[in-house]
Amino acid sequence: MWSRRKEEEYSPKQSYNPPSQADMKEGNTMSNMPSRMETESYRPSSAASIGKSVMIKGQIISREDLYLDGELEGTVELNEHRLTIGPNGRVQANVKAREIVIIGTIHGNVEATEKLEIRKEAKLVGDIRTARIVIEDGAYFKGSIDIIKQDVGKQEKSQPRQQANAAAAASSTSTPVAEVKR
Amino acid sequence: MFGAGGDSHEPHAKLRNGAATAAWPPGCPTTESTRASRGLEQFLLSLREMSTTAVLDLGPINQENTDQVSNLGHRIYFSDILRPLDSIWDDPDVSEHRKIEEILDQTLNYPESCIGGAMVWDTFQHLPAPLLEAVVERLYYLLNPGGLILAFFHADEKARSVPNYSYRILDAKNMVLTPRQLRPREQFFNNRALERMFQNYGAVKFFLTRDHLREVIVKR
Repeated sequence: MWSRRKEEEYSPKQSYNPPSQADMKEGNTMSNMPSRMETESYRPSSAASIGKSVMIKGQIISREDLYLDGELEGTVELNEHRLTIGPNGRVQANVKAREIVIIGTIHGNVEATEKLEIRKEAKLVGDIRTARIVIEDGAYFKGSIDIIKQDVGKQEKSQPRQQANAAAAASSTSTPVAEVKR
Repeated sequence: MFGAGGDSHEPHAKLRNGAATAAWPPGCPTTESTRASRGLEQFLLSLREMSTTAVLDLGPINQENTDQVSNLGHRIYFSDILRPLDSIWDDPDVSEHRKIEEILDQTLNYPESCIGGAMVWDTFQHLPAPLLEAVVERLYYLLNPGGLILAFFHADEKARSVPNYSYRILDAKNMVLTPRQLRPREQFFNNRALERMFQNYGAVKFFLTRDHLREVIVKR
């Protein structure tokens, strides 16, 4: 379902840098070289970018999409835009954006007014507030998830609750075999 | 529907200390499987009737449980308690008391009476006795009065190692079990042992099952 969307949003860059000599000296084999391409493919082409060797302490306020693959301590606000924390990104900050994609590490609270994606490589410790969330298996998360509901949702919610009450009354056969009360 | 990820779908028999391997107990699914659960059904029905609260999941984060709990209007907390256990408990240089404090601090550091339901799945049987006692006590502190714990225990008394699964709520009555790891079972719990463990709680309900899992709901 969302692999199609993934392709739309994170189309791999056409250019591929061949491995440097340093890469070869570190014992990297050709078989693991494509991971560099995968890393690059997370990066939306139109976004501003903070590279993996950059470290920032302070506040980032952006009026365009941002790809953050470096280290950050502070706060990030992209109210109307998308923030992508790249695979090398290490963020110790409260983060707020319209849409957030996490591939790297965040220690801090995360608020996505529209959508949050937690990829399988992600590590997130903090509380989440978002309208929609997509979680890949394998991600590490410790904290709370609060789904922001619109007001219309409240009316819809009362209906399933009534149905559930009716179902509870009907399912008298599902009583426990033993109950110890004190 | 359930994509492959960090939790391997091919179970491996490596124990927590990494030293030994053991056979996968008969009757326990070794691949992803769907299972009906009366305990889960009862737990979710109770959650539906609660006003907005928080639900704690002691397993790894997943989409399904997030959606199911959020659709009931509740907030969900995830704290994969076995993860810090693996990294902290086997450290010989740290005292047991310090280890327990560290694990509780990493996984169950929430305000008093803020949780309406805790899905501990099958994690309790993998916790060493002193840690388990502290966890049960901490959950009592975290749960609001009337709050519930949903827990599973492997029923095979002879098995020394039992599988740990990732549990995903499929719908109101069914869940999907994904094998994570075969782990040593610290203690075997029969009904009497469970009653003793939760003696400070209000009520313990046992559900009859035909397979390897014993289902329990505990009321604060």
